[in-house]
Amino acid sequence: MPFHIPQEEEYKDYAVVMKGIVKQFPKVLANDNVDLYIKRGEIHAIVGENGAGKSTLMNQLYGLYNADAGKILINGKEIAIDNPKDAIAVGIGMVHQHFMLVGPLSVAENIVLGDEPTKKFNLFDLKRARREVKKISEEYGLKVDVDAKIEDISVGTQQRVEILKTLFRGADILILDEPTAVLTPQETEELFVVLRNLQNDGKTIIFITHKLNEVIAVSNNVTVMRGGKVTGQIPTKETSTRELANMMVGREVLLRVEKEKKEAGEKVLEVQDLKVNDNRDLPAVKGVSFDIRKGEILGIAGVAGNGQSELEDALTGLRKKIAGTVTFNGVDISTATPRDIREAGMSHIAADRYKYAMVKEFTVAYNIALGRHYKQPFADGGFLNHRKINAISKELVKKFDVRPPEIQLSAENLSGGNQQKMVVAREFDYNPLCMVVSQPTRGLDIGAIEFIHSTILDLRQEDVAILLISMELEEILSLSDRILVMYEGQIMGEVTPDEVTMEELGLMMAGSTLEEARSEADE
Amino acid sequence: MNILKAILDAFANPIFYSLTLSAATPLLFASLGGLFSEKTGVTNIALEGIMLLGAFSGILGTALFGSPWIGIILAMISGAAAAALHAWASINFQANQIVSATAIILLAQGLTGFLLEPVFGKPGSTEIYDKIPKIELKFLGKGSFLYNMIGSLSPFVYLALILVVVSWFIIYKTKLGLRIIAVGENPEAADTLGVSVYGIRWFGVLMSGLLASLGGAYLSVGELGQFTENMTNGKGFIALAAMILGNWTPKGALFACLLFGAADAMNEQLQSNPSLAIPSSAKPLFNLIPFVITLIVVAGFVGKTRSPAADGVPYEKKG
Repeated sequence: MPFHIPQEEEYKDYAVVMKGIVKQFPKVLANDNVDLYIKRGEIHAIVGENGAGKSTLMNQLYGLYNADAGKILINGKEIAIDNPKDAIAVGIGMVHQHFMLVGPLSVAENIVLGDEPTKKFNLFDLKRARREVKKISEEYGLKVDVDAKIEDISVGTQQRVEILKTLFRGADILILDEPTAVLTPQETEELFVVLRNLQNDGKTIIFITHKLNEVIAVSNNVTVMRGGKVTGQIPTKETSTRELANMMVGREVLLRVEKEKKEAGEKVLEVQDLKVNDNRDLPAVKGVSFDIRKGEILGIAGVAGNGQSELEDALTGLRKKIAGTVTFNGVDISTATPRDIREAGMSHIAADRYKYAMVKEFTVAYNIALGRHYKQPFADGGFLNHRKINAISKELVKKFDVRPPEIQLSAENLSGGNQQKMVVAREFDYNPLCMVVSQPTRGLDIGAIEFIHSTILDLRQEDVAILLISMELEEILSLSDRILVMYEGQIMGEVTPDEVTMEELGLMMAGSTLEEARSEADE
Repeated sequence: MNILKAILDAFANPIFYSLTLSAATPLLFASLGGLFSEKTGVTNIALEGIMLLGAFSGILGTALFGSPWIGIILAMISGAAAAALHAWASINFQANQIVSATAIILLAQGLTGFLLEPVFGKPGSTEIYDKIPKIELKFLGKGSFLYNMIGSLSPFVYLALILVVVSWFIIYKTKLGLRIIAVGENPEAADTLGVSVYGIRWFGVLMSGLLASLGGAYLSVGELGQFTENMTNGKGFIALAAMILGNWTPKGALFACLLFGAADAMNEQLQSNPSLAIPSSAKPLFNLIPFVITLIVVAGFVGKTRSPAADGVPYEKKG
């Protein structure tokens, strides 16, 4: 049975109908005559690459943007939604991709904000707020500590707070914008249980994602978007990740990279008993040792905040090492500066693109010169050689398919995927012996991920030693030759991708050893 | 060790404490004002200019209507007007808040300096007018230690102390306060819940205008009964430092203002201590004491304080 497009008399059975939605931004047509039909009580996934217009569409449903054309019907009734207040009033709640929480306030305060219970003289009634939040949290099985400060709780719990916020306001229609992007596999599973419970309670759920296996796992129907248009509407049962991916990208895509067998060469990087502190000067990396060989990808898996970013910074010279030694290509680089380390042949794709990997106000050409700007061929005796910079940039932009291929454009005007391609192009061009690659595909869409993954594998073919730090388990499993799992600054164990399952890896990321994870996974 | 003895003398002198309180008072008004503005996410370094306007308008009102109380009302109106200018530029138009506030400081200095002569007939300073009478606590016994300490203080001092409690109550115990914190930390989050970010920020900035101008009015109609050119003399900036040192809390601002007030009082006590015999040429050096203490304290403690996360970041509505 194909997807049923409802007629007007059926709209009353639909929680949300959006018809002919058009939204024009200064430079792009974000939604081009979009129709969306969400049946009451279903879990409906909206998938699409970054920039496909999913979030824009949902922001209009939630009243954050106003549509240029089109209409919105809630439970069959046409309604104007001009601001979030209107949306809340008709029972729409939204969990945003970037959580909308106030760090120093408590869970209860965050949930009631804007709709606070009051006592005499219109004073804020914290006691009642706590009581009411406790009640709905028990009612829906979303456990939270109502008094904990947001900044002290985990991302998974913060998400629960976001869901509670919508339920507190009596939402019947929940919009979740890429809810799993920040979760561990276990947290994702828990979220799915919550979503199914909410569905059983009669709630309608709209789930935005670009992870296709999640769509298959949890949704009833799928709407696919590409370039601001709907390119597919289909019941989940009748489709596959492959078909969805093709609809999303508009061509055949490789979902899993093909990795050739390869013998690792000699040791390039050797880390011994490395200790690193975090920004608060507390131990973050607590004595780790490993080595990487030529032509090998060593993956580091772990939930964010378990010392991976401190490890990344320490290896690349951005952060002081408290103890231990790092030997690179036979030289001790324990106290070397970032420039020394780069000169020695290590390049770096930083997790935080805006903080470390690029200057967003610079042109693409300058960003490509960055880090080598002081020497030949980029500079001649203290002066930049613009002719060479432009020539090399042009060549790299072409080779790495950075779009648009305009080297004089400010990097901030590129999409995230193209910024990352620009960074990868530069780091690739160092001809490194070793590359530290951290969260290389975070926030990128399928097309860009495919490109970056194949580039990393090309580097491996060229005998580069690669340290891959990623929170995406699939990425770790499909690219790595060996995997280390980091938990609370320590390495929980080393595994190879073919001897471990995603679930076992997830348990190790939560602090189990491989043996414990195996026995727990068996149960 | 004359200087040590002079310092001990000052501590033993009840006047030192009453001087501390009266020096802390203008700072406290402005500090609390700045606190309201910054809690909602708008920096307001214009406190200095708003105080100056308040001081001037206070005397202007007194001169025109013959009552320092009307002077105070005029001061508050002028403070709110200057703050509205800052709010309009920095909230509605997302202007750079430092530039907007600097403009207000320069405007206040220029305007009060310029108007002095045409309005009051002479440059530099005005005549001496009526000021707000002090509250006399006669039951403490005139001349007693306690009386000299707190027996004869301006009502402004009590008002400032009451406002510390009121500010604490508004920020931490009311609906409005919860929204103020939310808007100053994460305006987008507040917006998505239907809280008016612009409305809350306007409230914060207007409060800063009202309170800072009261601090300024205290200097003129509360203490001296006259306005002298640029009489705030950096107090607005010290108030800003006190707010930061107090970690953006009313209680913290109170202690910080008392500290700076004490520095000021100590300076006066040392200068007037005959046993030190400070030559008049060295007095300007002593006047630096409060500023030096500000520098030391802010440099030493500022790392441990935490400003509202969206402080100074303009918020632009989407769509």
